[in-house]
Amino acid sequence: MSAHLSYLLRLGDSSLVLGQRLAEWCGHGPQLEEDIAMANIGLDLIGQARMLLQHAAALEGAGRDEDRLAFFRSDREFRNFTLCELPNSGLEKGHMQSGDYAFTIIRNLLYTAYQCQLWEALQSSTDTQLAAIAAKSLKESRYHLRHAADWTVRFGDGTALSHQKAQRALDALMPYTNELFAPDAVEDALCAQGIGVASFSLYASWTSAIEAILQEATLKMPANQGPSTGFISEGKHGLHSEHLGFVLAEMQSLARQHPGATW
Amino acid sequence: MNLEQLNRDSPYLMGLLGGIADPEIPVVSIVDLGIVRAACDDEVVITPTYAGCPAMHAIESEIRATLDAHGYTHTTIRTTLTPAWTTDWMTESARAALKGYGIAPPPRVGKIGTVPIYSVYFPSCPQCGSRHTERLSEFGSTACKALYRCVACREPFDFFKSL
Repeated sequence: MSAHLSYLLRLGDSSLVLGQRLAEWCGHGPQLEEDIAMANIGLDLIGQARMLLQHAAALEGAGRDEDRLAFFRSDREFRNFTLCELPNSGLEKGHMQSGDYAFTIIRNLLYTAYQCQLWEALQSSTDTQLAAIAAKSLKESRYHLRHAADWTVRFGDGTALSHQKAQRALDALMPYTNELFAPDAVEDALCAQGIGVASFSLYASWTSAIEAILQEATLKMPANQGPSTGFISEGKHGLHSEHLGFVLAEMQSLARQHPGATW
Repeated sequence: MNLEQLNRDSPYLMGLLGGIADPEIPVVSIVDLGIVRAACDDEVVITPTYAGCPAMHAIESEIRATLDAHGYTHTTIRTTLTPAWTTDWMTESARAALKGYGIAPPPRVGKIGTVPIYSVYFPSCPQCGSRHTERLSEFGSTACKALYRCVACREPFDFFKSL
């Protein structure tokens, strides 16, 4: 697989898997407005995934389309960041438990803040289609970040229980953000061609953006070792947590049982 | 859209497409919303509003049906992402139609700049005109709208977000 294709899959699969996770809230949101918000943000993310996977499929030139990529690849072929596949229930309770809204909000905060910076930088990619997708996605991601920041403040600066849940989610999720910024051969190759962005160069500004929101929310930045020396998950290399298989089983079952089915 | 494209635009085709209403907001046309970027004999160029908007598929089918019904079977439909769609392309008449339909129209992005993290924009109530409104939710019935309530007349209403 070319580095260019791998890079597009990394971004496209991350949007797709997080979009699917947010869609799990549909009908189960803590209140009606938030149920609708999660469906809307999930839809935007799946829209991003569609554009990115369409572009990836065209680049691959093997006759696959975005649906083929989304529904007929196995977990080892997915290149999403591990952060995006973690279950909505958090890491302690395991799969199939009811969702933890603080965990969802904090993950959205950490990831959409990253996306805003990444899209901003990718607007000047030499891959003009990727630059167009970045410019379009940036506008939507800003609304996602705004929503997540708003709820982070409400939880952190809310009741003792909401504060405790938000802090616990933050502590659990922060190590998984290292993967977003850790350099690797794929990214290095794309940076050399002016297609990709060295995400490590975004780390300082991302950290200060998150810190500002956490301060407003009276939450404490966890002691995280960071991408240079800390734990680095490997979803972007196709090595996933035990959780991705469950996401894919649910997302892909209809397309696999009824190939070619249309609404 | 550049000048060359503008000059190629067929007013007749634009008029035809101007008769196609947005599937979600039937009081405005897809031309008024800025979805149709160019229309000439060879091709019609459209751009998505939101990347995941499910109405885009319906819009494309409607354009195809309209073109076919008027003998433009050879005209192709192309989707472009650049420049990215903005609510600033919405015409004044579309803004007025939205308001009449009970949806507060979006302020110009040029005026408010990019989406700020904390500050909230308070549109005036499309029912009673009061500026005393409150945001209920950042996301509403469709991706492009937020849910607000008028504190004066107590009516909830949709606000078309700036993008």
